[in-house]
Amino acid sequence: MSYSGKTSSSMSQSLGTSDKLARGIGWFSVGMGLFELFAPRTLTHALGMEGKETLVRACGMRQIISGIGALSDNPTPAIWSRVGGDALDIAALTPGLRDENPQKHNVELAMTFVAVTCAADLYCAQALHKRHKYPSSMVYDYSDRSGFYRLVADMHGAASDFEVPANMRAYPPMWAEFTPEKESGLL
Amino acid sequence: MKALCWHGKNDIRYDTVPDPEIEHGRDAIIKVSSCAICGSDMHLYDHFIPTMEKGDVVGHEFMGEVMEVGAENKELKVGDRIVVPFTITCGECEQCRRGNFSVCERSNRNKSLADKMFGHAGAGLFGYSHLTGGYAGGQAEYVRVPFADKTHVKVPEGLTDEQVLFLGDIFPTGWQAAAQCDIQPTDTVAIWGAGPVGQFCIRSAVLLGARQVICIDNVPERLSMAEAGGAITINFDSESVLERLQELTHGKGPEKCIDAVGLEAHATRSLDSVYDRVKQAVMLESDRAHVLREMIYVCRPAGVLSIPGVYGGLVDKIPMGALMNKGLTVRTGQTHVKRWTDDLMNRIQEGQIDPSFVITHTVGLDQGPEMYKTFREKQDGCVKVVLKP
Repeated sequence: MSYSGKTSSSMSQSLGTSDKLARGIGWFSVGMGLFELFAPRTLTHALGMEGKETLVRACGMRQIISGIGALSDNPTPAIWSRVGGDALDIAALTPGLRDENPQKHNVELAMTFVAVTCAADLYCAQALHKRHKYPSSMVYDYSDRSGFYRLVADMHGAASDFEVPANMRAYPPMWAEFTPEKESGLL
Repeated sequence: MKALCWHGKNDIRYDTVPDPEIEHGRDAIIKVSSCAICGSDMHLYDHFIPTMEKGDVVGHEFMGEVMEVGAENKELKVGDRIVVPFTITCGECEQCRRGNFSVCERSNRNKSLADKMFGHAGAGLFGYSHLTGGYAGGQAEYVRVPFADKTHVKVPEGLTDEQVLFLGDIFPTGWQAAAQCDIQPTDTVAIWGAGPVGQFCIRSAVLLGARQVICIDNVPERLSMAEAGGAITINFDSESVLERLQELTHGKGPEKCIDAVGLEAHATRSLDSVYDRVKQAVMLESDRAHVLREMIYVCRPAGVLSIPGVYGGLVDKIPMGALMNKGLTVRTGQTHVKRWTDDLMNRIQEGQIDPSFVITHTVGLDQGPEMYKTFREKQDGCVKVVLKP
């Protein structure tokens, strides 16, 4: 079977731009997650959202998990999950936009940052999906690939003329019945 | 010239590299007509084999036409068509003279490095890390073949590349795995892994006359190919391997077990495979040994375990109690390719087997990097990829 489903230019590197972007996102996600997990107060203070440290820690855990997923052999599901996570982040930041929040400007910056990240995640997820998409409806039937020119039954034992080298024989010879005479070499 | 080069985990690139040159009188340079991606190349791709360096040319299954020979090489001439065994053999050392070609004492030019890792080095291999000599591999337009006067299989007229290419590795590997089981007409042979080597294990066991051949995997198209070759199949995703093997052997277990999987076992429904994944992730072990454990457990006492699957380093929780108390024989090793190729070439010519059955994808060398991913993910019905430079 000749394989000609994709152009050669996209196939000359096993790691495409989207794969590399996924790795970058993965490391970023792990780093961001660790920061949120271990320094939530710094973040809530900067955003004027004190008291939300538990929520930030939860977001950090989510970031670490999706980051590890993005660094795995199949990053696509993790990157898609990040798109959902970005939406949750924006929802979590929204209460900080109230006028009485002295750090409202920081919240706006944070939301812009999350929106850019979301766009990168979305681009990466779509690019990964496109690059590594395989026709799922294709049924591969190899039941005619015996490798023999004749029926399997006819080929059974066809190489029984082959002599197993002495140093590859099974010991003890489990197919042979044991007799003390044979063992002592009398027979 | 163009070649496929390793640049890191999951990172194979179609690069321009310097042309090879004759470095020794016994060398030859060949123009590659066909090469293939091997299951063991996946261990490089996933970076489980140490001492790879960025830019290393990969690939150890290849064949082609001789373009140039060294002054001391009297066995080959320009224009000869040859398959190149993946184990480089001098043909003169004590091990080569005994037919143990895969542990040639002279062909690994980084012997001291391998001695430190394994105690004593094995043979040099093409495109398979600096631990095995750091030789440039065969997924390239041209290759330098060291000890080429001994490291070659001449191709007779009338045979296509597809019929003979696999004599360089997977066919003799499957054959040796079955041969070292010393198969008897009463034997049940259980084979873990329906990848390319597993497929050749099945055909070899059938040809050698096993009473029953069983193959264990979870990829439907690979299982259908295994069935076509005469195996009873067990899909470990939907059936209990232990129960089915017991059923098929009247509760006694298979006499002969073959591990055609190696260090990256993908079992998902067992506790030990989760344990391996975690330990491997935190670098407390290098190899996932689920298949080894299962083979030791199910094998009939006094049986044989044959291990052609590649292992690279350290494994954990091997049931030595069962192995010892059941009196099992363990046979392992890289393949002594040259030991089997004359016989197997005859069997191909006589029409006993056509190894091309396993090829599912044929692409240009430039498309090789993506095919690594396709093969790794078992997508697109991929069982065996042949590359045409």
